[in-house]
Amino acid sequence: MGSLQQIVLPALDQLSPPGLALVEELDKVLLVQLRDGRKIIGTLCSFDQFANLVLSDAKERIIIGEQYAEVPLGLHIVRGENVVLLGELDAAREPPAGLLLVSEAAIKQAQRAEHEADKIKGTLRARFDFLDDT
Amino acid sequence: MLFYSYFKTLVGKEVTVELKNDLAITGTLHSVDQYLNIKLNSIRVVNEQKYPHMLSVRNCFVRGSVVRYVQLPPGSVDVELLHDATRREARGG
Repeated sequence: MGSLQQIVLPALDQLSPPGLALVEELDKVLLVQLRDGRKIIGTLCSFDQFANLVLSDAKERIIIGEQYAEVPLGLHIVRGENVVLLGELDAAREPPAGLLLVSEAAIKQAQRAEHEADKIKGTLRARFDFLDDT
Repeated sequence: MLFYSYFKTLVGKEVTVELKNDLAITGTLHSVDQYLNIKLNSIRVVNEQKYPHMLSVRNCFVRGSVVRYVQLPPGSVDVELLHDATRREARGG
């Protein structure tokens, strides 16, 4: 073969049950990114092979532009299919550089403003869509 | 099982994982499991300004179902070896 690597197909009876990779993350503070774009921070209490998660002291981190806020959620169970990624939070890089912590009310307002801006952008695009038809 | 075994040979290499939400993460492959869930160490997000929440993350776990592409380091794909392993798998071991 002439190659140092070898793809070894494991025997079925030697395989450990799948989905155990998260054991190492138990009791750590994690940032969980969900499919709808939300970010939840919490301590991992439990999980299963689908990446269903139990997070204690969970809070949602909302980032709009250069501002962010954290909304307390308490104990949360996340259904695995909604999980995109779990990140271990590096204490040395917390809070994220360049972001300014604001109140929950302020971030909600910023969120509404952004939502409105998106809507206007959407309607403008819809109005100019006829230009593409020609 | 073939791709699981194949990814295991890439552990320790630097790969870029592109997710279905267009987030692309480069990092050292730490481990893979049978669902092709991927763990990456020392990550760097390709478009950092767009994803500021990832700035405080160094190691991460990516659910296999959200992965679109895994970009491998150049030269790490031994086509002959893969051919061979594919035939072996098709024969049933």
